[in-house]
Amino acid sequence: MSEKIKHYSGEALKSADIEEGRVPTEKCRPKAKFAWSAGMAMSRFLEELKNGKIIATTCNKCKRIMVPPRIYCENCFKPTDGWTYVKDIGTINTYSVSYLAADATRLKEPIIVAIIDLDGASESMGIIHKLGEIDPKEVKFGMKVKAVWKPPEERVGAITDIKYFKPIKEEKP
Amino acid sequence: MFGKKRVAIVGAGLTLFRRRLKETGKELSYEAAKMALDAAGMELRDMKSVVMGTAPDAFDGVHMKGEYLADGAGAYHKPYTRVFVGGGTGVFTPLAGWWHVASGQFDTCLVVAEEKMSSCYPHPQYAFTTIFDPILERPLGMNLIWIFALEMHRYMHKHNIKKEQIALVSVKNKRNALDHPCAQLAANITVEDVLSSEIMAWPVQRLDVSPTSDGAAALVLASEDVAKEVTDNPVWIDGVGWCIDSTLWTNRDLYYPDYVECAARMAYKMAGIKNPPKEIDVAEPYDPFDYKELHHMEGLLLCKKGEAPKLTAEGVTQRDGDLPINPSGGLLGVGNPIAAAGLMKVCEIFWQLRGEAGKRQIPGDPRTGLAQAWGDLMQYGSVIVLRR
Ligand SMILES: [Zn+2]
Repeated sequence: MSEKIKHYSGEALKSADIEEGRVPTEKCRPKAKFAWSAGMAMSRFLEELKNGKIIATTCNKCKRIMVPPRIYCENCFKPTDGWTYVKDIGTINTYSVSYLAADATRLKEPIIVAIIDLDGASESMGIIHKLGEIDPKEVKFGMKVKAVWKPPEERVGAITDIKYFKPIKEEKP
Repeated sequence: MFGKKRVAIVGAGLTLFRRRLKETGKELSYEAAKMALDAAGMELRDMKSVVMGTAPDAFDGVHMKGEYLADGAGAYHKPYTRVFVGGGTGVFTPLAGWWHVASGQFDTCLVVAEEKMSSCYPHPQYAFTTIFDPILERPLGMNLIWIFALEMHRYMHKHNIKKEQIALVSVKNKRNALDHPCAQLAANITVEDVLSSEIMAWPVQRLDVSPTSDGAAALVLASEDVAKEVTDNPVWIDGVGWCIDSTLWTNRDLYYPDYVECAARMAYKMAGIKNPPKEIDVAEPYDPFDYKELHHMEGLLLCKKGEAPKLTAEGVTQRDGDLPINPSGGLLGVGNPIAAAGLMKVCEIFWQLRGEAGKRQIPGDPRTGLAQAWGDLMQYGSVIVLRR
């Protein structure tokens, strides 16, 4: 019982206690490696990226055009009905200006990451990618962006075949 | 109305939460479990089943982590289950304990949650990078903080919320934690401190985030018959709910956690709660980031969408406010040993409803409380409603 308990167990250590060998520890770095099959839907998606195209699957029941593509509609729990290309242009749904690399090391020049809702896909069908050729301060919600592709000979069938998305000027009506 | 046995909590235990503890995961599990048994005035032999909650094996570098921890959790030679639903684990663990007893299969269940994140060295961040989709996301060099920054920013944009309003949550919770004997990051800080702390991934700054921690928590659950034998003060599990959304997290509007609402509605229906803000006296929503407390208050239907920052600014969520939120100090103040942090919240509601929370006790003789946890790829909600 909280207020009646006088002692809570736990003995705090500092990182230095381990680094300087002040407490007994055992260290190990596992050497597990992995090779993932991209699967039925994403293999086609990656092949299309090599061609500079973004492909989606469609469900005739819920009428969604889905990116990333899938072989089943998780909503209707039935096979998807077909493939269709969506545009490599989209709208910034949300974004972050990150000073963290994947391993949490600090970056001097931030990376801008965003969820981009792709034109031609259903609402809220976003993908995550990076933004480039823009100052972090200039990024806005709702901004139109377009994929900047690697040259065809450098594409390998990976999401990084798109280098980043850059802003495009919207045409005034 | 429900063909189930009523289930009570009759004891709770907790260890210190710290960045790095000398105790192993098994030892921490033992300390929390033993404390909960002592508080209930019961022995391990009285426990007919054991449920363990603990997060990714990668933190410990020990696969079959549930089995590894089993004897520390008192599971030796007993029916035993380990559950794991990411950050939602801490509140999901007593839900799993609940169905053990509610089903009538067991009279008692010892519920233990443990996390020792410090074993992943030098920082558990490395283990987190393996939660992302290997084809679509990992090649981008994903950092865990990115996804929360994207969600937080979307929430701020949708409701036109300022960082100053969100920082108030961090200020409140770290201050509440000053009264918690197990707290890791209790502090008196200001909104200015939060806004001037290191920018990690805008809009997320250092003081918006809970720490990584080691720690354990435990509960003793009992059927109505057993509960009435061992205590005059049972706290009843009157509502349970849980729900998951897709891992395709970029395919939904992140401004609102639908799956939390789904879990909350399930728990409220079972507890017969029609008007949550009026009927819930105290709540411990999951707050690994300050904005998450607000996001979850809305998902839990404790206020309207976009209204949580206003209630916070008005003081409604302070311990002496109309709807105290995270009186423990939450993950931001007490610490975030993932599964143990969620169960710490359930311990807090248990103590609050028994009037045993000491300096943290909220006024007004609370009768109904709620705890909630959240996790996986921003897709999981677990909710428990307690009454005395
Ligand atoms: Zn469908």
